[in-house]
Amino acid sequence: MVNIKELPSKTLLMPGNAACPGCPETLGLRYVSMALGDKAVLVIPAGCSSVIQGIYPKSGIGFPILNIVFAAAASAASGLARAYKIRGLEDAQVVVWAGDGGTGDIGIQALSGAAERNENIIYICVDNEAYMNTGIQRSSLTPYGAWTTTTWTGKKEHKKDVPLIMIAHGAPYVATASVGFPTDFIEKLRRAASIKGLKYIHLHAPCPVGWRFDPSKTVEVAKLAVQTGIWVLYEYRGGVFRISPLSRPYAKKERRKPLKEYLKLQGRFRHLGEDDVKVLEAYIEERWKLYLNMEKTLGSKAT
Amino acid sequence: MTVKLLTGNYTVAEAARLARVKVVAAFPITPQTTIVEKIAEMIEHGEMDAEMIHVESEHSALAAAYGAAAGGVRAFTATSSQGLLYMHEVVWWVAGSRIPLVMAIVTRAIGPPWNIHVSHEDIMDQRDTGWIISIAEDNQEVLDLTLQAFRISEDPRVYLPAMVGLDGFILSHTTMPVDVPSQEEVDSWLPPRSPGPYVIEPGSGVIMGNIPPDEDYMRMRKAMQTAMRNAERVIMEVEEEYYKLTGRRYGGLLECYRCSDAKYAVVLMGTWAGNAKEAADRLREKGYPVGVARIRYIRPFPSMLLREKLGGMKGVMVMDRSVSMGRGGPLFLEVAEALRSKPSMMSVIAGVGGVDVGVDDISSLVEKFIGKVEERGHVYIDEYWYGV
Repeated sequence: MVNIKELPSKTLLMPGNAACPGCPETLGLRYVSMALGDKAVLVIPAGCSSVIQGIYPKSGIGFPILNIVFAAAASAASGLARAYKIRGLEDAQVVVWAGDGGTGDIGIQALSGAAERNENIIYICVDNEAYMNTGIQRSSLTPYGAWTTTTWTGKKEHKKDVPLIMIAHGAPYVATASVGFPTDFIEKLRRAASIKGLKYIHLHAPCPVGWRFDPSKTVEVAKLAVQTGIWVLYEYRGGVFRISPLSRPYAKKERRKPLKEYLKLQGRFRHLGEDDVKVLEAYIEERWKLYLNMEKTLGSKAT
Repeated sequence: MTVKLLTGNYTVAEAARLARVKVVAAFPITPQTTIVEKIAEMIEHGEMDAEMIHVESEHSALAAAYGAAAGGVRAFTATSSQGLLYMHEVVWWVAGSRIPLVMAIVTRAIGPPWNIHVSHEDIMDQRDTGWIISIAEDNQEVLDLTLQAFRISEDPRVYLPAMVGLDGFILSHTTMPVDVPSQEEVDSWLPPRSPGPYVIEPGSGVIMGNIPPDEDYMRMRKAMQTAMRNAERVIMEVEEEYYKLTGRRYGGLLECYRCSDAKYAVVLMGTWAGNAKEAADRLREKGYPVGVARIRYIRPFPSMLLREKLGGMKGVMVMDRSVSMGRGGPLFLEVAEALRSKPSMMSVIAGVGGVDVGVDDISSLVEKFIGKVEERGHVYIDEYWYGV
């Protein structure tokens, strides 16, 4: 387990970036910096982090960054990784930092290709559950019921489960994480960095602007997502699937906090009726059933 | 130097090997496919020391090649038609990033309806992107242009990516003798890729592409245009050095065939220039003073050379293998602007979608054009569709 006191104090995420108050992406980037430091090179497709970098010729981010068109992050990263392989830069870490739209919608084809070729990259999907940079439009990763500027009465479909799609690709490492649990995320990043091939980490990232909550509550909302069981932390590594220790207690339904505690903090769910809440609760049950079955089937050892 | 019998596509693969390309990312499309096949074969058989990225689309092909080039190695890709359109967004991105890169374009018609034959719509569609764009007449020139493209693209005065066009099937799938320099000869002339304007690597702190103030964006666009102007000179220099190595040179941006004493010229690009040259020879036997000006570089466009070589002629006929819908033949429009329409001019749109155009077709077109000019003094025919 990562000890927070042992983490480097130097961060590649500096003051003066262009993020909104309470931004989960800056939290995430700080943790990436703590986990990978100077070894990382970021590939960033269109999204909030295109803006967060700040205005040329300055930047609030100390990472080297290759910005790239929306659909091609995993492909540009593949090229970078091959170049480093040829040049013998063995410990370079090519890290894609892409949003949920850039991952699950427009970027999924390139990601699928990179996963099939098992390119040596760490792909992080920072999931704020909508197209926030363009003004809160739905993505395929927006959850059921959520208001967005293209789903005024709430989204009718459930969230696309991209990590499962990555497991289906046979990627050597797939994990879920949350900006509310930095030590878990950093540990997973470090583990990913030690593995050759395509590593996929799906980072849950509550967005105060898009989800309509107070910017001081980003971490609280992120934690509640895990504690209510609507976001499950797990790891899939070398064919073994296991629920992460921080999510483990919530395998038992009675240990979970009521979903309403999570929903009521967010304006995007304000319009939900009892039936909608039931739909989401049933979804949580169904997901947990699936993950626990996967754990059983895919040979996890209890931790 | 050895003479090899090669198709245009195998010539491209040979040039990529000789240039010591380190990363190739490509997706198959007719008629480009055999380039990818050949390169994959050479890599797997250990004849070429490079990484092949078998991407899932052309959009990714260029993005992956771009990533590799940004990571500091020499990268290459190739495509055609729909593939080129599919990667169009990345075409702009690469040029704006000022990253040296070379891509072969096997020219082909665009659908619908489906048509895999030669046409210049695909390559003409790229004119505004900021890429150096050349186009070959035969397989020898495919080799020469491809090798030179690396030098031009990697020149610090340019730092723009370069496309090399070759006509689908007519060159791509036709075997011709090609004089191939040895690896040692190429190495003596083409050094390993320099770091370029920047390299994205750990610890470099370099960021490519974050948001600038609008004035800086415009400044960067202007710098690309300056680089294009510089490329005009660099192309000449690189060709001269290549001439010393191989004994071959073509005239830089524009090749002029029997132009010096000509009163009339045919302007065109690609393989059918061979037919135009033959037509010029035959017309001269009949007493018509005809020459051929073959556009070798669409970008940077040889405006000055055209003005210098053809400005004083009586008539210039431009043959386009594509159409700018609602306007006309794109090459014609550019040549007319370059010549300020001083000579009599005629735009011929022909050969679109692979429709065959032979020596007789061109000579009869020129003969009719000359007849009209002689009869009326000055003519300006801004669109004439030939063959359909």
